Amino acid sequence: MQGLAGVAACGTVSGTGAAAPPKPYMPVFFNAAEWNFLLAACDRLIPADANGPGALALNVPRFIDQQMTTPYAQGAQWYMAAPFVQGPDNLGYQLPYPPRDLYRHGIAGMNAHATTRHAKPFAALAPDVQDDLLRAAEGGRLVFGDVPSAAFFDQLLANVMEGAFSDPIHGGNTGLGGWAMLGFPGARADFMDWVDRYGAHYPLGSVSITGETA
Amino acid sequence: MSDDARTLKPVDVVVVGGGWAGSIMAKEMTEAGRTVVMLERGPDRSTAGEGAYPASIDELEGNFRYKLFQDLSKNTVTIRNNANQTALPYRRMAAFLPGEGVGGAGLHWSGVHFRMPPDDLRLRSRVIEKYGAKFIPEGMNLQDYGVTYEELEPFFDKAEKVFGTSGEAYKVNGQVVGQGNVFSPSRSDHFPLPPLKDVYTAHLFRKAAAEVGFHPYSLPAANASQQYTNPYGVQMGPCNFCGYCSGYACYMYSKASPNVNILPVLRRHPLFELRANCHVLKVERDSTGTRATGVTYTDAEGKVVTQPAEMVILTAFQFHNVRLMLLSGIGKPYDPVKNEGVVGRNFVYQNVTTSVVWLDPKVETNQYIGAGGGGVAFDDFNSENFDHGPLGFVGGSPVWVNQAGVKAIAGAHSGGPPGTPRWGSAWKAGMIDTYRHSLRIDAHGANMAYRDVYLDLDPTWKDAYGQPLLRMTFDWKDNDIRMNRYVVDRIGDVAKAMGARNVHLTRREFGKPFDTRQYQTTHLGGGAVMGTDPQTSALNRYMQSWDVHNVFVIGANAFPQGTGYNPTGMVAALAYWAAHHIRTTYLAHPGPLAG
Ligand SMILES: Cc1cc2nc3c(=O)[nH]c(=O)nc-3n(C[C@H](O)[C@H](O)[C@H](O)COP(=O)(O)OP(=O)(O)OC[C@H]3O[C@@H](n4cnc5c(N)ncnc54)[C@H](O)[C@@H]3O)c2cc1C
Ligand code: SF4
Repeated sequence: MQGLAGVAACGTVSGTGAAAPPKPYMPVFFNAAEWNFLLAACDRLIPADANGPGALALNVPRFIDQQMTTPYAQGAQWYMAAPFVQGPDNLGYQLPYPPRDLYRHGIAGMNAHATTRHAKPFAALAPDVQDDLLRAAEGGRLVFGDVPSAAFFDQLLANVMEGAFSDPIHGGNTGLGGWAMLGFPGARADFMDWVDRYGAHYPLGSVSITGETA
Repeated sequence: MSDDARTLKPVDVVVVGGGWAGSIMAKEMTEAGRTVVMLERGPDRSTAGEGAYPASIDELEGNFRYKLFQDLSKNTVTIRNNANQTALPYRRMAAFLPGEGVGGAGLHWSGVHFRMPPDDLRLRSRVIEKYGAKFIPEGMNLQDYGVTYEELEPFFDKAEKVFGTSGEAYKVNGQVVGQGNVFSPSRSDHFPLPPLKDVYTAHLFRKAAAEVGFHPYSLPAANASQQYTNPYGVQMGPCNFCGYCSGYACYMYSKASPNVNILPVLRRHPLFELRANCHVLKVERDSTGTRATGVTYTDAEGKVVTQPAEMVILTAFQFHNVRLMLLSGIGKPYDPVKNEGVVGRNFVYQNVTTSVVWLDPKVETNQYIGAGGGGVAFDDFNSENFDHGPLGFVGGSPVWVNQAGVKAIAGAHSGGPPGTPRWGSAWKAGMIDTYRHSLRIDAHGANMAYRDVYLDLDPTWKDAYGQPLLRMTFDWKDNDIRMNRYVVDRIGDVAKAMGARNVHLTRREFGKPFDTRQYQTTHLGGGAVMGTDPQTSALNRYMQSWDVHNVFVIGANAFPQGTGYNPTGMVAALAYWAAHHIRTTYLAHPGPLAG
C-alpha cells in the first residue's frame, strides 16, 4: 500500500511552485489494485501540464475514495427500485448499480481487459496505451459483464472533475490548484464592487470554505 | 385508506406543498380568517439554516449532490418519447430538478420573474386571428387560458411587490416611462426596485443586440437590487452577484423565496400550522365523489393520517399536482387514443438551447459573477411579437444572457468548443479558454402542446409508499424544432456583432429525441390546465377543479401550452388571482365558480 500511495505523493506538482509533499493517503474504499488503477487513470484524465496541476497533485483519487463512503456513492439519492430494464441511451441510466458498484465492476473490467490484451494491469501500461483503453471505455467499446464501459467511464470522469474543482473541504482541489488554473475565486461569493468593472481582471485569488487562499 | 389511519381535528383549508404557490395560498387563506394546515413532504428549511455562509457556498453539494432538491430515491417519474416505448424511471437528476422541503424550489430557484405576455394568454385566438385556423399544425392542442392580461394585471403587480422584483418598466398606465421591454404590456406600476446592474457579458450582449436592431431590456429579477421591505413587512438585502444562486438558498436574503418573503409572517400566524415531512398520498372525497373531505398523508414517523378539511388546495408543483389528481380520481384522466379526458393532457416543457460565444482571449468574461434572475434579453422573436406567417411555426423564444454564475465544476464539465476531447491536455486547454473568455446565450423557447404528449400513471414502477409513479410521454415536435432553429440563427447575428472569435450555435436537431440525461430546465407545465371548456381543461379559469369544487390546483400545470418565459411569475399571479376569487366569492358561496 505504501508504495501505491506514494504514486499520489509523487504526482507532478503544479507549475505554480512546489508545495510540501502531501502525506501519503490510505484509501478506505478502494483495494490496492483498484487504487493503483485510479491513480493511473486520474493522471491521464487530468494530466499535469503547462496549463496547471494534474489530478494527482490535486488529490483527486483521495476525493473519490472519500466520496465512496457518502450516501451518494451508495445510490441513496438515486431511484433504485426494480425492475431494471435497459432502453435507449436518451432515457438515462438504468443499471442496478450505485457509484460504488460501478467502480468495483468497472475497474475490475478495465484491469481484466488490460491483462488479456497486454498482459499487464492498466496502471503498468504506457500512457498512450492507457489513453487508448480509456477512449475505448468512453466510447462504450468495452463491456464489463453487464456494465457498459461508458457507464463506468462517465461515472469516473464526473467524479474526477468534481475532485479537481470542488471545494477542498471534500478532499480534492489541493491548494485550490483547480480553481487557480481557471481563475475561479471559489467561495468569495461577493462581487458587489466588481460587477460593473467591465473587462478588468478580477484581482483577488481563490478562497475556500475554510478560508484557505490561493 | 387503511383501518389504522388516525383522523385529526378538521381544519378549514389543507394546502399540499410548501413552495411559492402553497405559501401564497396559505397566506391568503389565513388573511381570510381560515385555519390552514400546510403539509410539506420534505424537511423544514430556512435561509438562516440552508443559506448560512460559507457552508452554503459549496458547488459540489448544491449543484452536484442536489442537497436541496427532490429525493428521487423515494419518488420520481418514468419517461418515454412516445406511446410505443416502455417508459423508464428517471433515476438520477439531470434534465429537470424538482424541489423539496419548505419553500419548495422557491428556496433555490434563480429569480427570473416574468408576467405572461397578453398574446400568450389567448394564443389560440390570436393565431387564428392573424393566420387562420389552418395555420395550427395537425395534432397541436392550442388553447386560450380563459383569463386575460387585464384581469391578471393586479395580481402580477402584487406578486412583484411581494417578491421585491427588480426591473425597468416600459409603459406604466399607457405612458412610456423607461427603457424596459418595448414588447411588454402596460403596467399599473413600476417594478418595486430598479433593475440589477448588467454583468459584463450582459452588457456586451445589450450593445450587440441593439446594434443588430433588436430591443434589449433588463431581465426582471426577483433578486433585490437594493434593500427592500415587502408588503408583508419582511426585509431583503441587496444582491451582491455572488454567483451561487440557482440551486442555493441566498445567504444575502436577496433572492425572493417563500422562506424569506412570506413564511416568516405566516409561521407566526395563529391560524397557520406547518407540518414538514408529511407526504400527501391522496385527496379524500365523499360518497358522491364531487366534494373533497380532506387528505391522507404519511407523517414524519411513517404513520398514515387523515386530515379532514373544508377545502383542499394542491400546490405540490406542476407534475405532482397532476399525479395527486390522478391518484385521487379528481377529473377525468386523459386518453390520447380516444382524445378524451383532461388530467394529463397538454403536458409541456421549455424549449431551451444554449449557444456559446468565444471572445478575444484578452477579454475576461468573469462568468462566475452573476445573479440567477439577472441579465439582458430581447423579445423580438418571442410570443406574437413577430410575423409567423412566412415562417410557418407557432410559438417564439426570448433570447438572453442570463449569467447566474458559472462555477468551476460546471465549467470543467462544459469543456471546450465542440470537437474538443472531454479529458486530457487538449480538454484542459479548451476548457480553460472557454471558461475564461466565453459567454452563453439562451434561446428560451416555448413548447407547444400536442395530442400525443401527456402524463398518466405508470403501470410498473412505484414510489416508496407503493403508489404508481407518474409517466411522462414527451418528445420535441417539428414545429418547435423549426422555431428554435429560426431564433438560434438570430443569436448568430448578435454573436457576429459582438466580434466573436468563435461561435457554437446550439440548435435543436430534427429526429433527435428528448434526452433525459441533459439538464434543460425545471420549467415543466400543463397536464391539468385551466380554461373555459371542461372538455379541454381540468380546471376552470379560477384554478378550481371542474368536478370537485372544493379542490383548487395552483401551479404551472394550469398552462395550456408552454411559453417563452419562466413560469413562476405567472404561477404566483394565478395563485393571487384564484385566492382573490376564493375570498370574494367562494368562501361565502362554496360551489363552482364557473359553470
Ligand atoms: C434551479 C431552478 C431554477 C429555477 N429558476 C427559475 C427562474 O429563474 N424563474 C422562474 O420563473 N422559475 C424558475 N424555476 C422554477 C420555479 O422554481 C418553480 O416554477 C416554482 O418554484 C414553482 O412553485 P410551486 O409552488 O408550484 O412548486 P414547488 O416550489 O416545487 O413547491 C412544491 C412543494 O410541494 C411539495 N410536495 C410535492 N408533492 C407533495 C406531496 N405529495 N405531499 C406533500 N408535499 C408535496 C414539494 O416537496 C415542494 O416543496 C427554477 C427551478 C429550479 C429547480
Ligand atoms: S446572486 Fe444575489 S440573489 Fe442570488 S444567491 Fe447570490 S446574493 Fe442571493
